[in-house]
Amino acid sequence: MYKVKVYVTLRESVLDPQGKAVTNSLNALNYKEVTDVRIGKYMELKIEKSERDIDEVINEICSKLLANPVIEDYRYEVEESVAQ
Amino acid sequence: MKFAVIVFPGSNCDIDMYHAIKDELGEEVEYVWHDTDSLEGYDGILLPGGFSYGDYLRSGAIARFSKVMKEVIKAAEAGKPVLGVCNGFQILLEAGLLPGAMRRNESLSFICKPVHLKVANNQTMFSAEYQEGQSISIPVAHGEGNYYCDAETLASLKANNQIVFTYEQNPNGSLEDIAGIINEKGNVLGMMPHPERAVDTLLGSADGLQIFQSIVKTWREAHVVKA
Repeated sequence: MYKVKVYVTLRESVLDPQGKAVTNSLNALNYKEVTDVRIGKYMELKIEKSERDIDEVINEICSKLLANPVIEDYRYEVEESVAQ
Repeated sequence: MKFAVIVFPGSNCDIDMYHAIKDELGEEVEYVWHDTDSLEGYDGILLPGGFSYGDYLRSGAIARFSKVMKEVIKAAEAGKPVLGVCNGFQILLEAGLLPGAMRRNESLSFICKPVHLKVANNQTMFSAEYQEGQSISIPVAHGEGNYYCDAETLASLKANNQIVFTYEQNPNGSLEDIAGIINEKGNVLGMMPHPERAVDTLLGSADGLQIFQSIVKTWREAHVVKA
C-alpha cells in the first residue's frame, strides 16, 4: 500500500485572487516580509500496489481529475506503508 | 424541436431552463438524469447551472465524468446544439468541449446581479436573433466565472470569432471581458450569464429568450423541408 500526498496549486502564470487577498491581509498585520501567498489543495491518497508503475498511475490520476492542467500544477510525494 | 435539460446531483437551474423552453419558447423539453446512456431523439442539449457534485474538487470536474457526458460529447461531435450555462459552462470547459478554465472571481465574492452583455458575434446558431454589438441584460450568479486561457488559445478564439458575449462592465476579472464562447465548429456555446432567467419582462428582462429562439430558427432552417 502506498500513501501518496498530492499538492495542487494554481500555475505561476495564473493570478491567484485568494492568495493575493491573504498576502494583503498578512501585510496589514504588519508581516511586511510576506511578498506572496499561493493557495492550493492538499490531498492524501491510499493506493494499493499493482503491476502498474506507481508514478504512472499518479500522473494519470492527477492530469485526468485531481488537477486541471489549464490553470493548475501538481506535485506529489509517495510513501510506502505497510498494508493494514 | 426537442430539448434535453441534463440534471446532475446539485443542478439548481434545471427547472428555470425547462420553464424557459416549455413555457416561453414553446418547444418540447425533457429532464434527463446524469446517468442516462443515450441522448437519442433530442435535437438540442442544455446543461443548466447549479453546483453539480457540490463543486467538489473544482466546479464541473466530477460532473464531467458522469455517464451522460459521453453522450453529450457524441451529440456535440454530431453537430447538435449544446448550450452550457454557468455550471454547465464550467462542465463544458472541464470536458474539453470548450477551451480554457474558470478561476474564482477576482473579488472572491459570489456575484448575483443583472449585467449588460455585448453581443460580440451574432453569426452563430445561438446569437443569430441579436444584432451585432447589441447590448442585452442577463443576470449572472457565480463565484467562479473568471475565465482564463493562455495567450495562444485567446489568439485562436479571436481569430475564429469564438467570443460570442462580452461583459460591458467586467464583474469577475474574466480575461478580455469574456462572458461566453463557442467552439470552433459553432455548435457548443458556454456562457456564465443565465439566459433562462431572462425570458420574461415581468422578471426584469426577456433578453435571454433570443438565444433559444436563435437555436430553434437555425435548427428549423436546417431540418424542416421547404415546400
